[in-house]
Amino acid sequence: MATTTIRSGSDNQQSDLFDRRPLTFDPALKRNRINRVLTTIAGIFGALAVLPLFLVLLYVLFQGGRLLSPTLFTQLPPPPGLEGGGIGNAVIGTILVTLIASVIAIPIGVGGGIFLNEYSSRGWFSQFISFGNDILAGVPSIITGVFVYGIVVSTRLFFNQSFSAVAGGIALAVLMLPTVIKTTDEGLKLVPQELRWGSYGIGASKFVTVMRITLPAAFTPIATGVVLAIARAAGETAPLIFTALFSPFWPEGIFNPIATMSVLIFNFSIMPYEAQNELAWAASFVLVIMILAANLLARWISKVSRA
Amino acid sequence: MQKDSFAPTKADAYTLRRRPPSEKLLDTGFRQLSLVMASMVAIVLISIFLVVFTGARDAIGEFGLSFLTTSGWDPVNQQYGAFVAIYGTLVTSILSLMIAVPLGVGTAILITEDVLPRAIRDAVGLMVELLAAIPSVVLGLWAIFVMEPAIRPALNLLHAWFGWSPFFDTTAQGPGMAPAILILVVMVLPIITAISRDALNQVPIELRQGAYGVGTTRWGAIFSVILPAAVSAITGGVMLSLGRAMGETMAVTMIIGNAINFNTSLLAPGNTIASMLANQFGEADGIQVSALMYAAVILMILTFTVNVLAQWIVRRLSLRY
Repeated sequence: MATTTIRSGSDNQQSDLFDRRPLTFDPALKRNRINRVLTTIAGIFGALAVLPLFLVLLYVLFQGGRLLSPTLFTQLPPPPGLEGGGIGNAVIGTILVTLIASVIAIPIGVGGGIFLNEYSSRGWFSQFISFGNDILAGVPSIITGVFVYGIVVSTRLFFNQSFSAVAGGIALAVLMLPTVIKTTDEGLKLVPQELRWGSYGIGASKFVTVMRITLPAAFTPIATGVVLAIARAAGETAPLIFTALFSPFWPEGIFNPIATMSVLIFNFSIMPYEAQNELAWAASFVLVIMILAANLLARWISKVSRA
Repeated sequence: MQKDSFAPTKADAYTLRRRPPSEKLLDTGFRQLSLVMASMVAIVLISIFLVVFTGARDAIGEFGLSFLTTSGWDPVNQQYGAFVAIYGTLVTSILSLMIAVPLGVGTAILITEDVLPRAIRDAVGLMVELLAAIPSVVLGLWAIFVMEPAIRPALNLLHAWFGWSPFFDTTAQGPGMAPAILILVVMVLPIITAISRDALNQVPIELRQGAYGVGTTRWGAIFSVILPAAVSAITGGVMLSLGRAMGETMAVTMIIGNAINFNTSLLAPGNTIASMLANQFGEADGIQVSALMYAAVILMILTFTVNVLAQWIVRRLSLRY
């Protein structure tokens, strides 16, 4: 940028900057040309970044959508080599496993978030918990699967059953926990301190204040975070491969192996059969629609309450 | 005059409400309960380390550090070495970040600067966030059936041009490292974009105004003022996505080819620690389980280091304006 001002020396001895250079925008200047080039590059980068979303959605909607029929939800997957069938057991399985995970992770996560923001003095212990929470959020999801395999599946913890829907649910809960704690903590931070003082002032106990004043005031950010965490858990595969395993049959209770859509997609996509590959696309369609709907719901929650 | 009946008597004014024992119990009980719930994080984290380390002990004793540098994976003769998987983990994650960082930061600049109308920028931001919501297994499915066949000619063109270098000396025939790297780019791009966008949004408006006030152009301001102010948060985000890329399992497993033998070529099948676990853990027994746990320990140490580094960078290198 400095070069453009010094340039004047050679062609104009009097070098009156204000006379020589008009204040109007000159697109031919080097700096403005560089500007345009860089803006174009940023535009291309932005286009490249959204391109995969369109391509993936296009294929999932097209390939999966054309298989959409009522039988998809009422039938079992066919044995290898046969045509037809559906993914009914996997749809139920995904809902069930995600539900188990939510039942475990949401109370613990919200409770942990309440402790971090309402009860702890931000001393070494809560700092350690916050730090541990960030580390737990970064633990690869496959490691979560290995961990739950180690403590639940291989030890046959529940009724001497090895692979089970509960094991899968626990693995997903470990995955959801950091998100729920983080969003609860952040959500409670936004609640004005005056609300708590007001509650104590009229004689409410801490428990009543948290339950009736602070938590409801922070409902929106917490609900948004929880919905996003559930959506993420529903699509996870890695923690389920060797915890919930897979089952070609209808669910037989939560202490038995269970089919989920994500594991079905993984198993069926690497099979050399056309019918299985198509069911993988159909399951992708259902899963993506469910997850995108949850994401839009989360957005809607935060938008509605802000208005 | 009439006595003011509304004035509190002395007894009323100075007696605090007597809290029944049940209320006190509820209060302390709830505090303890929330403490236990918060401690679950630490308990889970420590048990993850313990379970994986104990599981790996046999293999650590058996193979020692040579596990990291040998590349055999032979369940019949019980000889295991994780070099191929460690190499694959590092190469795929680092190369994918080298592609994703410029794309992600560029997109974040596009979203935060006023080049485009706000509606378009918001739409781009929303789309990038929705991309993050697509499950990795669906991206893997798409990579197998759509992306890999589509980019194979381009990869073979790379082979034709750069076949002399050890990184492109095989033809692309299907699953391999290169498609895995590209699908990782798709997976980490939303994280980098989201964190960079937040970082850029937090740069004080006065810094921008100051830059424009002394007559710089948009990109002059971006490169000399805005990016330097946001660099620590962006670097932290990049480290976080490096950890994510290292641990990413499903999409990579489905497209990397799960090779056992070492090959420098990016167009040839490879392996990562996470894909090795996903493929073999369910059916493994004996020392193979332990060897897989050993690999899991290595993956955990890698992601742990990267994540701690990320947090340290965000805390220590943040600019004070």
